[in-house]
This record gives sequence, structure tokens and C-alpha cells, in this order.
Amino acid sequence: MVRMLLTGNKTTAYSAMRSRVQVVSAYPITPQTTIVEHIAEFIADGLMKAEYIQVESEHSAMAAAIAASNTGARAFTATSAHGLLLMHEMLHWATGARLPVVMVNVNRALGPPWSVWADHLDSISQRDTGWMQYYVENNQEIFDTVIMAYKVSERPDIMLPSMISQDAFYLSHTVEPVDIVEQEVVDNYLPPYDPPYRLDVNNPAGFGSLVMPNHYYEFRYKIAEAMEKAKKYIKEAAEEWYEITGRDYRGLLDCYRCEDADVVLFGAGTMMSTAKEVVDWMRAEGKKVGVARIRVFRPFPGEDVRKVADGAAAIGVMDRAYGFGRGGAFFNEVNSALYNHRNRPPTKNYIIGLGGRDVKPRHIRAIFNDLLKVKDEGLDEEFRWFGLRRENMPEEEI
Amino acid sequence: MVKLTIPEIELMSPGHTGCQGCGATIAMRYALKALGEKTIVSIPACCWAVMPGVWPNNCMRVPLLYTAFETTGASISGIKAALRALGEEDVTVMGWAGDGGTADIGMQALSAAAERNEDVIYVMYDNEAYMNTGIQRSGATPLGAWTTTTPVGKTKFWERRPKKPMVDIVAAHKVPYAATLSIGYPEDFVKKMKKAKEISGFRFLHIYSPCPTGWKSPPQYTPKLAKLAVTSRAFPLYEVEEGIYRVTMKPKKTPLKEYLMLQGRFRHLTDEDMKELERDIERRWKELLLKEEMTAKLEELNE
Ligand SMILES: Cc1ncc(C[n+]2csc(CCOP(=O)(O)OP(=O)(O)O)c2C)c(N)n1
Ligand SMILES: [Mg+2]
Repeated sequence: MVRMLLTGNKTTAYSAMRSRVQVVSAYPITPQTTIVEHIAEFIADGLMKAEYIQVESEHSAMAAAIAASNTGARAFTATSAHGLLLMHEMLHWATGARLPVVMVNVNRALGPPWSVWADHLDSISQRDTGWMQYYVENNQEIFDTVIMAYKVSERPDIMLPSMISQDAFYLSHTVEPVDIVEQEVVDNYLPPYDPPYRLDVNNPAGFGSLVMPNHYYEFRYKIAEAMEKAKKYIKEAAEEWYEITGRDYRGLLDCYRCEDADVVLFGAGTMMSTAKEVVDWMRAEGKKVGVARIRVFRPFPGEDVRKVADGAAAIGVMDRAYGFGRGGAFFNEVNSALYNHRNRPPTKNYIIGLGGRDVKPRHIRAIFNDLLKVKDEGLDEEFRWFGLRRENMPEEEI
Repeated sequence: MVKLTIPEIELMSPGHTGCQGCGATIAMRYALKALGEKTIVSIPACCWAVMPGVWPNNCMRVPLLYTAFETTGASISGIKAALRALGEEDVTVMGWAGDGGTADIGMQALSAAAERNEDVIYVMYDNEAYMNTGIQRSGATPLGAWTTTTPVGKTKFWERRPKKPMVDIVAAHKVPYAATLSIGYPEDFVKKMKKAKEISGFRFLHIYSPCPTGWKSPPQYTPKLAKLAVTSRAFPLYEVEEGIYRVTMKPKKTPLKEYLMLQGRFRHLTDEDMKELERDIERRWKELLLKEEMTAKLEELNE
């Protein structure tokens, strides 16, 4: 085992190296920038053998990655916030073209007002692009997930792109010990990319032509079908990785002490590590609380959400993003998974941590206590902007 | 006997869905003849994104990647990078975009690919408007032209700006080769294409291809218009190699009016208006000759 002290961004660069990506096309944006710098250094030092296209924009980064992938090379890129939004058209393109491009997104807030800090609205805004979406909680998980994501994306019966989102600064610039699995071990796990169809002068074919309404529909259905199947393969890929590394990502939903919990708090990203810690403290006080971290958002683990609902008397959902007009996306998706289910405990949305505002243990504790109140007294309000500044509010109360 | 310089190979089968008299179909046919079968083509949104045929039909006998409107420069860069990674170095990669996809929305990705000197051929087939969406003005629409977004109306709202000089713009990126081609001169066309194929680095080819539907011209006049554009100096044929301009055809000048009056898109122009166009075209022609004269001196530097 090679344990190194690495930031999330350097970990990301290592994950690309170990995945033996063949084409990288990328454009800098805070806080993703050091990812593309580290990859460039790896290539410059001969540690990594890949073509590197220094494109002029994220839109071109994705367009070039798509073209490279269609030509038969394993393609990688990374971005954040406004860069991800600029890619939007091409994100849909990668899906429609059925290309297993893998991308790391550093979750960052959207301007204006300018903010470079953690917020999930960038990737949430790409929800319907047909990318598999993972949200990670630590640097090790970035490394592991990139490799597993290629494995799933490149399956001939999946052929869909994957986005791995890590929180700005909490991971991108924070050093943690990471096990950089040896190359031979990764090679055994992840075989070279060998797509069933590609741009090949010996076997000419057209990719992406005009299609009439009598066929378009079926192309879309096939994507839906692959996305559904991916649930099984994500678990299989995690099972195999678990056997090799002992690290457990076998659930699309990462449940922590949910089994006998009265109230369960959903959410994604780094704040869920904090939540797990608070669960331990409150459990010690005899309060039956649990955490369900949404590790995979697309495909959505609806079945797992229902299982959690079977045991819980109240459910809270933390969203580090707000969908103007109707609450956080995670909340809405948890709700929609439950609507046709027998057991529907009350659900409450906590909007929290936007633009990198710290989510502290005492915030989570207050949320759990609030949820326990919902359990006993019923739902008071659907949406709560947690810790919203009031006039003359002392700084330490925020 | 005259020796044929145009290869017999056909890499475009019959059955394309272009309009009658479409210059762009002729352009593709000649281009593939010159480049041969070891070619991969990337096409963004434009008429040519529809013309190969509706799925599962395809009139192209080379691999073809459709891409988004503004991405040609990036798309061909990605293909070439992947081919390098896979060790397939002997394949020619050609981007094939319209004038709108090149001079307007695709300008950024084009400029970046040119500046990086990507080892690809970028073709701008120029029908002087957004034809796929139904004849709207582009940056390459010529002075005086009617389009649906520059209608003549009661206020003479027709196009007020001359064409964007794309070869000059790309040549300013210091790429090895940039040239203009016209489907009216197949030998010159194929010669430049073949020349481009043999050069490595970024190569930009601006192909003049008439559009009867958009220009309101009789379909059978497509080759004739493609010649008259050159002889009237509306579209001079030249190339820029390592910074050195060379006018590849200096034909006897024909009247601009003859060229203009075969096309409905210029029908509203008065003699006075046409003089304004003539002045602009003559100025550009002289400028081109001066560039040729001036850059000839660079020959010494290249040696
Ligand atoms: C981002 C985007 N904006 C607009 C369009 C619509 N559109 C498709 S083709 C086209 C015009 C293409 O013009 P040009 O590049 O000159 O090619 P032509 O159709 O004339 O051959 C437009 C505006 C699009 N496909 N994508
Ligand atoms: Mg056009």
C-alpha cells in the first residue's frame, strides 16, 4: 500500500494516472485548477503517458474529450462551477453519443455574486444530462470512485459518462492520507478501453446523424435502460474494489446507523462526514439518529430510500443548493421516491452551506433535534433555510 | 491527350439529401477524392450535418463524427489526439464546417486549434449564410446581400458589412497553410487539397460553394457562379504558405454585375449600390496583390 498525504485535487490527478487515461483536455477554473496542473506535471515528468490538449474553454474541453472517446481513447477532464455550466450542451452530447467520458467536478457556487466556495448547484443543474453522478465525502473516495466509474461507464451495455463531484476546498485543497493503489492492481481491475464501435478508417461508420421521430424515441429509451442497469454494475464494481482494497462503497446510498434510527438525515458530500460524527455523539446520548449519504445521485437509489423510510419516523434532507421555486433537488428526489411507497414519514428540507458556509457539528445537532421534534409533533414547515442571517445576529450564532 | 488530375476514387456515394445544385456536395466529393480513404471527418451543425442522410442511411464512405455547432476546432483536435494515443498516425483528420460554424459561433475553438497548430485540416465550406436554418446572415455574408435577417424592406436593411476575411484571420495565427478554393475550379481545388494533405500542422481551407436555395439562383448555374465569383474578384483564389501570400489565379476581370445579377439575393441593388460593392472588392483585390508582393520578401527568411 502506498499511502500519501494528498489534496483532493492531487488525488484526482493520481486517479487519472492510475486509470491510464489516454487523452486529457482541460481548462483551468478555481478550485479545480491544480488538478490540470498536476496532470500536466505528471505528463511533463514522464510519469503519465497521455495526450494533453490545452483547450481554450470548457466547452471545447468536453467536445475534444467526446471526440477522443469516440475515436477509441480513454478520455478525462475536470472542471467546476461556471466551467461545468459552459459544458452543458456537450454533457448532453456525451450521453447521446454513448461515450464513457469520466470527469471530476469540484462543486463550487455559481455567480453572481462571485463565490469560489462549496455549493452543489453546479452539478445539480446537470441532473438531466444523463451523466452518472457520484458525490464523495473524502479524498480516498475520489481516487477509488474515478477508477470504479471508468469500469462501469465503459461496460458495452452501459456506455454512459460519469461525473464525480468533490466539495470545493473541503476536499480540493485539503490534505488527507490517501492509498494510491499500485498500478498493476488497478490494471487488473480496469482493463484497457476497447469500445465496440469507434471512428476507424478500416470500418467507416457515421456517429450521431439525423434521426426521425420514428427512431429517436428508442435511442432515448436505450439510455434510460442503461442508466437503470448501471445501479447493479455500480454495486458490482464496488464489490470487486472492496475485495481488493477493503474499502466499502457497495451502497448507492451510504447508510450510517440507519437500521434502528427514529430519524434519518439525507444529504451529500463532505458535510455528511460531519453528520456521521454527530450521529455517534447523539447516539451516546441515547438519541436514535442516522445518516443516509447520497453517494450516487444518478442513477437515483429510490429503492434504498424506501428501505430507509420503512424504519424511520421522520426524514430530513440537507441540500447544499436550492432550486428556486421548489426546494433542494435531493429533497425533491427523496420525496418523489417515497410518494408511491406505503410508508411515508414526514420529510423536511434543510437548505444549508450555500457558497461554502461552514456546516458545523452544532448545526447538524440542531437539525437532528428539530427532526426529533417533527417526529413527535408533526411537520411544521417543508423548507428551512438553516442559519439564515437575521438582523443583529451575532457572528458566532451563524 | 489531357492528363486527368482528379482522382477517380469516389468516397461519397449517391443519395445525399442536399438541394439541387448544392455546391457543398460537389465540394465534399472533390475533397474526399483528394484526401483518400484514410480520412476521418467531423461535421458540426450545418447543411452537411443533414446531407449524408437520415439514420441509418449514410452516403459517406469514410468515418464521420457529427459534433455540436461551435465545436469543430475542438472535435478534430480530440480525434487527432486519440489517434496519436492509439498509434494511428497516418490518418488525415478533417473538420468540415459551414461559414456560420466557422466565422461566427465556431471562431473560438477554431482560433484555439489554429494557435495550437493542431495537425488537422479545417474546411470552411462557404455558402455565405446560415442555410440549414433557412438563410440567415452570417459573418461571411457579403456586402449587399439579402438574407432573411437582412431583408431589403422599405429601409434597405440588406447586409451592410463585407465578408469576414477568414483566410487572413487564420493565417495571422502563423499556421503552415491557408487557402481559398472554389468548386468552379476543380483542378485548383484538388491540387490545394492534396497539398494540404501533405503538410503537417494546421491547414485551413476556405471553399466557395454556391447555394441556389439561399442565393435564389438557378441550380444549373452553380459551377458558373463559382467561376464568376473568382473572375469578378468577389472571391479571389489564393494561398498563404508559411506567411507567404500567392494569388493562385489572376484571371481576366469579368463584370461584377454579371455575377450579381444571376442571383436573386442581389436583385434589389441599384447600379449605384453595385458601384459601392465594386469599390470594396477592388480595394480588397489590391490589398491582396500588395500582400503577395510584400510577403514574397519573406521567402528569404524561410530559406
Ligand atoms: C448552439 C447552436 N445554435 C444554433 C444552432 C442552429 N443552427 C444549426 S445549423 C445553423 C446554421 C449553420 O450555418 P453554416 O455554418 O453557415 O452552415 P450551412 O447550414 O449554411 O451549411 C444554425 C444556426 C445549433 N445547432 N446550435
Ligand atoms: Mg453557411
